[in-house]
Amino acid sequence: MSDTREMLTGAEIVLRALKDQGVEVIFGYPGGAVLPIYDALFQQNAIRHILVRHEQAAVHAAEGYARSTGKVGCVLVTSGPGATNAVTGLTDALMDSIPLVCLTGQVPTHLIGNDAFQECDTTGITRPCTKHNYLVKDVNNLARTVHEAFYVARTGRPGPVVIDLPKDVQFATGPYIPPATVAHKTYRPRTDADMSVIDRAIDMLLTAERPVIYGGGGIINSGDEASVLLTEFARLTNIPVTLTLMGLGAYPASDRQFLGMLGMHGTYEANLVMHGCDVMFNIGARFDDRVTGRLSAFSPTSKKIHLDIDPSSINKTVMVDLPVIGDVKTVLKALIGRWKERGAQLKAEPLKAWWGQIEEWRKRDSLRYGSNGLIIKPQHAVRRLWELSQGRETFITTEVGQHQMWAAQYFGFEKPRRWMTSGGLGTMGYGLPSAMGVQIAHPDALVVDISGEASVMMNIQEMSTLVQYRLPVKVFILNNQYMGMVRQWQELLHGGRYSESYSESLPDFVKLAEAFGARGFRALDMNDLDDVIRATLDHPGPVIADICVDQKENCFPMIPSGAAHNEMLLGPEDKADPVSTEEGMVLV
Amino acid sequence: MKQPQPINRHTIAVLVDNEPGILARVVGLFSGRGYNIESLTVAEVEQAEQLSRITVVTSGTEQVIEQIKAHLGRLVPVHKVHDLTAEGPHVERELALVKVAGTGDRRVESLRIADIFRARAIDSTTESFVFEITGSQEKVNAFVALMIPLGLVEVSRTGIVAISRGASGF
Repeated sequence: MSDTREMLTGAEIVLRALKDQGVEVIFGYPGGAVLPIYDALFQQNAIRHILVRHEQAAVHAAEGYARSTGKVGCVLVTSGPGATNAVTGLTDALMDSIPLVCLTGQVPTHLIGNDAFQECDTTGITRPCTKHNYLVKDVNNLARTVHEAFYVARTGRPGPVVIDLPKDVQFATGPYIPPATVAHKTYRPRTDADMSVIDRAIDMLLTAERPVIYGGGGIINSGDEASVLLTEFARLTNIPVTLTLMGLGAYPASDRQFLGMLGMHGTYEANLVMHGCDVMFNIGARFDDRVTGRLSAFSPTSKKIHLDIDPSSINKTVMVDLPVIGDVKTVLKALIGRWKERGAQLKAEPLKAWWGQIEEWRKRDSLRYGSNGLIIKPQHAVRRLWELSQGRETFITTEVGQHQMWAAQYFGFEKPRRWMTSGGLGTMGYGLPSAMGVQIAHPDALVVDISGEASVMMNIQEMSTLVQYRLPVKVFILNNQYMGMVRQWQELLHGGRYSESYSESLPDFVKLAEAFGARGFRALDMNDLDDVIRATLDHPGPVIADICVDQKENCFPMIPSGAAHNEMLLGPEDKADPVSTEEGMVLV
Repeated sequence: MKQPQPINRHTIAVLVDNEPGILARVVGLFSGRGYNIESLTVAEVEQAEQLSRITVVTSGTEQVIEQIKAHLGRLVPVHKVHDLTAEGPHVERELALVKVAGTGDRRVESLRIADIFRARAIDSTTESFVFEITGSQEKVNAFVALMIPLGLVEVSRTGIVAISRGASGF
C-alpha cells in the first residue's frame, strides 16, 4: 500500500498539529524527554514558546491565556518532575473547567515501567486530575491523538487534557493527518436542550414572585455571547442577578439588577435573595459548598432550575426541580426566543415588592468598611486600584485568600474574561503566572495580579519570566504580614490561636523586584497609596507594588462554614453562632 | 430532618473503548468519589470495534446512583451506560470454580450436592474436585456454603454479568 500522506517525525507532527489547532503560544520548560520537540520548536516560527521558571507556572500561565481569550491553553513539560510539577495546575484547570492541552515528555517506550531516570507514571498520576489523558505509543496515532485532545479539551465542560509522549515516538517517522479528518468515535457533548424543557423552564419562571438568576463560570466558558444573552434575558424579565466567584464579569457589575457576588463572602442582599427566593434559575454554576453554606438550610423555599452542560453537575449536592442540560448560549438564545414568542411576563406586582425588599437589604451596605486614619484598609486599596484603572483595558488575576475576596468584592467587572482566579482548587501561587499568560495574550492591556504577601511567594520565581519577555504585569500585594484567611479563621473559629499564620522573614519586595530587574514601589500609609498606584499603572514594565495594609482586617460579610445564607456575619461586631461553628469546624 | 434515603443495589452495564487505562479510569472514579463496587467484571465483547463491556454492581441512594451514571457517562472512552436494574427486567449470572478436598462420605456427598446444583466437576483427583457452577449470585452463595463442611479449599468467582431480557439490546 502506498502512503501518500506527508511523513514527519513525531516532534514535527506535534508542532504541525498544534499549529493547525490554532496554537500561537506554548508555555513550557525543557528537559531530556522533550528535547526532540524543543529541537523542532527551534526550527520554526509559527509557535512562540514562553520559558517559565517552574512547570506549575506554565500550567497556570496557560490557564490565564485560556481564560482571557477563550482559546485552548497549551503546555509543554518534560517527564518525571516536569509532569509532577504540572499536577497542581492541571487539577486547578479541572476544578475550574479551563481548556488546556498539556504535552508531557516520557522515557522511551522500551524503558516505561523500568524506573528509568525521570520516569513517572504520568497517565496514572494525571488520570484523576484531567478531563482525559493519552499515552501515545505509536507515532501513527500521534496526529490523531493531538487533534482529539484539543477537541476533548474545548468541547462540553472544558478541561485539561494530557498527552504523554515517549521520546522514541518523538523521533519516529509517521504520517501527518490534518484536523478536519479527525473525529472522536463517540464523545459528542450535548449543547442544546429540548424545546419542551425550555417551555417548562418558562412555565416555572412565570410562577415566580421572588425570582433570582444565580450565574456561574459556565456563562464565561460558553463564550462572550452568553454574557450578552444573560444581560438581555435579565433586562427582559427584570430578574435580579447574582454571580459566583467564577462568574464575575458575566453580568455588568455596575448594573442596577446586579446584587454582587454570593456565597461565603458574598453581599448581604445576594445571599438573602438566594435564601428567600421562590424560583431560582441557576445558569452555569454548580452549587459549590462556598456558595450554598449549610445544605439543609440552602434556599429552602425555592423551586430550582439548573442549566448546566455537565449532567453530573445535576443533583450532585442540591436537588433541583428542573435540570436543563445544554450550553448556556444555545439554551439562553432558545429561551429568549421562546419567551418573546409566548409574550411571557412575570407577575408585575410581586416582582415590584421583591425589588422593594431587595432595596431594603441593599441599604445595609454590607461591603462598607471603616477607615483607620493613616493605615491603609485593604478594601480601600482595591477600590482605588479599580478607580485609578478606569478607562484602561484591565485584566485582574488573584492568588488565594483574603485579597482574592476583596478583589472579587471591590473591583467591578463589566465584561467576561477580565477576571482570572483559582476558584475550585484555591491554589495559592496562581495569580502571578496566570497574569503572565493573560499579558502574553493581551500585550497592550493592563494586567494586575492582586496578591497577598504569602501567596505571591509560592510562584515568585516567575518575576524572572516577566522580565525576560518584558511583560508589564503589575503585582499588587496587599501585604498584611499574615496568611490572612488562615488568620481570620483562627480568630473566628480557633480562639485566636494564630498557629503558623504569621508571615515571618518576608523579603523586601521593592528590593526583590529590583533584584529581578523589575520596579518596586511601596505604600506604607494612606499618603502614599494613590501615588504608588499611579506609578505602578504608569510604569511600562513589570512592577511589584507592596501595599502595607491593616494587619487585623477581616473579610466580611462572611457565612461561617456550616451556617446558612441568613446567618451571615456582617462585621467584626458579629460573633459566629456557636452551634453552627461547631458543625462548621470540621468543614473547610 | 429529611428521611434517610433508602440504599438500593443496581447493576450497571458500561460499554467502553478497550484501551489501556480504561478500567483504572472507571475504578478510580468509584474510589475517588467514595462509591461502592460490589462486583466488577470486564471483557472485550466486540473485537472489530475494540469495545469492552463492564458490568458493575453498586449500591447507593437513588441520588448517588444517578451521580454514578452521570460520572461514568462523561468519561471520554465510555460509549453507553445502562442501569439494568432501573431499565426493566434483566438476567444476572455468575460463574464460580469451587475446589473441594476430602475422601469417603464427604467426597460422595459433595458430588451429590454438585449434581443437585447442576455444577460440573471439571477437575478430579482421588481426594479432590473442582466444580464449575453457574447461576445467580444467591445460588452460587448457597452452593459454596454447603461445600464448607465438606472440605472447601478455595473459590474463584467471576463477579456478575448481566443482560436485559427481550429482543432489544444496546
